[in-house]
Amino acid sequence: MNDALDVALRLLLVFLAFLVLPLVVGQTEHKVMAHMQGRLGPMYAGGFHGWAQLVADGVKFAQKEDIVPKDADRRVFQLAPAVALLPYLLVLVAVPVGPGDGAVGAVVDAGVFFVLAVMGVGVLGSLMAGWASANKFSLLGGLRTTAQLLAYELPMLLAAASVAMAAGTVSLTGILDGFAWWWVPWQITGALVFFVAGLAELQRPPFDMPVADSEIIFGAYTEYTGLRFALFLLAEYAGIVVLCALTSVLFLGGWHGPWGDAGLGWFWTLLKTAVLAFVVIWLRVSYPRLREDQLQKLAWTVLVPLALAQIALTGIVKVAIN
Amino acid sequence: MRQPTVVAADQAADYFDTYSVVGLLAVVGVLFVAVAFGAGRLLRPVVPTPEKLLTYECGVDPVGEGWAHTQVRYYVYAFLYVIFAVDSIFLFPWATVFAAPGYGATTLAEMFVFLGFLAVGLLYAYKKGVLTWT
Repeated sequence: MNDALDVALRLLLVFLAFLVLPLVVGQTEHKVMAHMQGRLGPMYAGGFHGWAQLVADGVKFAQKEDIVPKDADRRVFQLAPAVALLPYLLVLVAVPVGPGDGAVGAVVDAGVFFVLAVMGVGVLGSLMAGWASANKFSLLGGLRTTAQLLAYELPMLLAAASVAMAAGTVSLTGILDGFAWWWVPWQITGALVFFVAGLAELQRPPFDMPVADSEIIFGAYTEYTGLRFALFLLAEYAGIVVLCALTSVLFLGGWHGPWGDAGLGWFWTLLKTAVLAFVVIWLRVSYPRLREDQLQKLAWTVLVPLALAQIALTGIVKVAIN
Repeated sequence: MRQPTVVAADQAADYFDTYSVVGLLAVVGVLFVAVAFGAGRLLRPVVPTPEKLLTYECGVDPVGEGWAHTQVRYYVYAFLYVIFAVDSIFLFPWATVFAAPGYGATTLAEMFVFLGFLAVGLLYAYKKGVLTWT
């Protein structure tokens, strides 16, 4: 009975994190972008600095008419937002927020493998939406999403493999148990590759060509309204949370901090994740959008060679210290 | 000392325990989406008109059909990606054992052979000019 209660509690916490953290990132983005651009951002909803803006948005989305175009592939069109969103929920269960087996949703032995595989499913939602909409803008968005997928998956995989080599395990908890501070400079190239590739996976600026609003309306999501559109947006922000949490777990030591690992582990994880999420927002404000072929060039001539070099470095150092 | 079969059975039980938690979370996720869609159905108006259901094309009537013929110009990248990604998957099982006692230098040399293959492949693609989008 206690086991069942324990599992239920873990699932509840993971689910709450999945619902709350993306909204926090979203609201932060509203305010941070506004201040970086010399304006105020939302100020009205909820009273204090517009804190309830996203809640208000949610209420609005829930009341909007749900339109499925006559020519669209109805079932696939309706299912796509769920396919885009749910993988990020599943990834969160494997992310450790503190030391020990108590501070993680589930200790998945093949952790790195699991999270990369499940994250890879999310992009199918965009592809389904792009094809099922039977809209030219959506189709273009879907094709760009595919092109992007070909660019980012490989560097991401290679960078993650480098950490697995360093720790000698693919379990996320195992990697954190083996972590020492000098892993950060040792794996920094891999970290940058992983983070940049992750930005491309999330279709965040400067890699937002699949949803480029000034070129193809909103890419694969052009025909979506109301709740289904909201779920796509939620998937984007849940993706930011997952990417930043994974980067901090794999490369920045997760719950390891300057002091108080045992009690404050969750705080260090959240802090690192939050700082990375801030960087994601910062990049959106700072950089212009790349062209799709420029991303391919970046991925195949910069990211992949860098990731391979990181693997070589990891291998040499690891064997040398043994 | 316990029998090896018992240990193996324990490991199998652990394995299924872990993934049953993941499976439960997937069920929670599906329920969340189902409840959201169901509640949305109750909350929102449904007033379809023929114009509303038209495919969006900047306000004019759509020309031709949405599933248009397109030239997929990145198909070479797709080949490259599949080859490289399948190769890279094998890094993960190898990564867990390569520095174990008794391996060391041998597996490191093997790693460089592996990286060499990838690098030569990449260099070849670069020389052939397929890393530029025409």
